[in-house]
Amino acid sequence: MSPGRLEGHLRQRRDAGRKLLVPYITGGLEGWLDAIRQAAAHGADAIEVGIPFSDPVMDGPVIQAASERALRSGATPMSILDDLSRLDIEIPIAVMCYYNTVHAAGVERFASLLARAGVAAAIVPDLPLEEVDPWAAAADSAGVETVMLAAPTAPDERLPRIIARCRGFVYAVGLLGVTGERDELASTAVALASRLKAITDIPVLIGVGVSNAEQAREATNVADGVIQGASVVRRLMDGGPDQVGEYVAEVRRALDAPRG
Amino acid sequence: MLQAPGTDGRFGDFGGRFVPETLIPACHELERAFEEAWGDAVFRSELDSLLKSYAGRPSIITECHNLGTRLGLRLLLKREDLNHTGSHKINNVLGQALLAKRMGKRRLIAETGAGQHGVASATAAALLGLECKVYMGALDMERQALNVFRMRLLGAEVVAATSGSRTLKDAVNEAMRDWVASVETSYYAIGSVMGPHPYPYMVRMFQKVIGDEAFAQCRGLLGGDDPDAVVACVGGGSNAIGIFSGFVDTKARLIGVEPSGGAAVGRGVPGVVHGMRSYLMQDEFGQVQEAHSISAGLDYPGVGPEHSYLSSIGRAEYPSVTDDEVIAAFQLMAREEGIIPALECAHALAWIVREADSLRGQTVLMNLSGRGDKDVAQMMDILG
Repeated sequence: MSPGRLEGHLRQRRDAGRKLLVPYITGGLEGWLDAIRQAAAHGADAIEVGIPFSDPVMDGPVIQAASERALRSGATPMSILDDLSRLDIEIPIAVMCYYNTVHAAGVERFASLLARAGVAAAIVPDLPLEEVDPWAAAADSAGVETVMLAAPTAPDERLPRIIARCRGFVYAVGLLGVTGERDELASTAVALASRLKAITDIPVLIGVGVSNAEQAREATNVADGVIQGASVVRRLMDGGPDQVGEYVAEVRRALDAPRG
Repeated sequence: MLQAPGTDGRFGDFGGRFVPETLIPACHELERAFEEAWGDAVFRSELDSLLKSYAGRPSIITECHNLGTRLGLRLLLKREDLNHTGSHKINNVLGQALLAKRMGKRRLIAETGAGQHGVASATAAALLGLECKVYMGALDMERQALNVFRMRLLGAEVVAATSGSRTLKDAVNEAMRDWVASVETSYYAIGSVMGPHPYPYMVRMFQKVIGDEAFAQCRGLLGGDDPDAVVACVGGGSNAIGIFSGFVDTKARLIGVEPSGGAAVGRGVPGVVHGMRSYLMQDEFGQVQEAHSISAGLDYPGVGPEHSYLSSIGRAEYPSVTDDEVIAAFQLMAREEGIIPALECAHALAWIVREADSLRGQTVLMNLSGRGDKDVAQMMDILG
C-alpha cells in the first residue's frame, strides 16, 4: 500500500534530514484557527486538531479544560470540520478524537466527513488494535490515514502488529500517563522510540509528556519527531495565537540546531 | 445460564475493550489472571471463606408481609444490605482485592458513586494490607459525606473528581487516568459490571453469588417454584446482574429499574465510553450527557454491556422511575417493614409499587442491595 498524504509528506521531510514537529490544538477553542496558521507559519510539519469530547480519559488538566471550554462555546465535530475545510494552510491535518465521536456519526460517514473536510488522518486514542478494524477499513476506503498509538507497556510481539495497521506515522506514547507537561522527558519515551525505530521505517513521533523545546530536542535524538499538546494549548488559552507561533518557532529552532 | 463473552469481550454487540493502548496489556493480564484464579480451588475457597466469615454470607431472604398485603402480592427481599459494609459491593471487592494480591499489586484504585463501592474497597484494602485510593465526584462527596468519612477512617485516600457533572461518570474518568499512569503497580477495582473486558464478566462472576443463593432460597421458600419477577435497581448494574444470573433460565421476568434521569437502556442509544460499547445517554454528536438522579449510586449515563445485551434480546426489561416515586418508596419501606433501604434499592420498590396492579397475586423477589443509613442525612434535607 503506497503511503497516504500525511505519511508521504512526513517521510519526505524526515528523509531530507528534518525533525518533525506536530503541534496539537483543541478545535473550537477561541483563536484555534489563527493558532493553526501561526503554527504552520513557524515551522510545524503537520497539525493535530483535537475534537473536544465530554469524557477525555487520555487527557490531563490542560486539554480537559480546553475541551470543556470549546464545548461550552458550542463547538461540535461538524462545526470544527466545517472550519477545517475552509482553512488555508499547506501542511496536512490529522484530527484526534475519542471513539464515541466516530461511533455516533457512524464509521463510514465519519471517514467521508473527514475526507471531505480535507483532513488527512485520524488519531483515535481509545481505539486499540483489538477494536480498530471497522474504523480502519472505513478510513482506508475514504483515503483517511489511521495513526496508531504504541505504548511503553506493549510487549515486543505487539509492536509489529500495531505498525502493520498504522498509517501516517506511529504515535509513540512517551510515558505511562495522560497528556500534560512534565519537568523532564520520561525515560520511557526514548526507549519506546528506539524499539519502534528498530522495526519500522514509518515516521516515529513521540507524544504525551514532551513539554518544551529542550525535551523535543532530546526526544528527537532517537524519534523522527514530536507531538506537543498541553504546552501549545496552554499558550493558546493563556496568551493567544501569537504565543503559539512564538513557541512553535522556538521548538523548531531547537530541533534544527546542529547536533553534536 | 448467562454466557461468558467471546474472546472479543462482547455480549452480542456490547462490551469490548475500548481503552488506550497503554492499558491493553493490563486488560489481557487481568483476563488471564482471573481465569486462572477462578479455576483454582485454593483461590475459590479463600474467597468463599472471606464471604462467609467476614462479609456474613449467605444473606437471608426476608418476606415483607405488611407491604405484600398492602400491595396485593408476595414480596421477598434478598438482604444484601446485611452484608458487612452494608451493600452487595463487598462481594465483588473481596474477589478483586484477593486477585490484586495474587497478581502482586500493592495498590487499589476505585471509583465510587454513593460511596458504597469506595467503602467496600477501603475495607478490603485494610483487611488485606493494600493501599487504596478512591475517586469520587465532588457533588457526591457533599451528598454522601458520611461515606467519605468512613473511607478515610478505613485508611483510604479519597480524591474529589471536579470535572464535568462531578458525579460517578467523572470519578470513573479520574480513576482511568490514574490507572493509565500507574498500571504497572496498581490494580483498578471497578465497582460495577462495566469498563473494558474482562471487568463486566469478572464482576458478574463475583456478584453471581447473590443469584445462586437466592435461587436456592426461593426454591425452598416457594416449594420448588421460582418467583414471577426478579427486580433490582440498575446504575452500572452489578447487583442486578448478580441476582439475574440465578434466574435467567427460570420463568421469572427480570426487571432492572433505572432512574428516569439516568435511564441508559430506556432512553440511551449505543455508544462507547469507559472502555465499553453499551447503551449510553448522549447527544447527536456523541457527547455524553450528565445523568441526574437523587441517588448518587445510579447517577450514571451508561450501563454495563451485559444489560444492554439482555435488553436487546428481550430477556430483561428496563423501566425507569422518578425521584419522587423513589422518595415515597423509601419512606414506605421504612414505615411498613422497619427497613431503611438505600435510595438505589428504593428504585426497585418504586417500580413494584407502581406496577402493583399488574403484579397482583404474584411473587416478586427484590434485591435489597444496600442499606439506607448513608442516605439519611440527604433525606433529612429533602423531607425537612
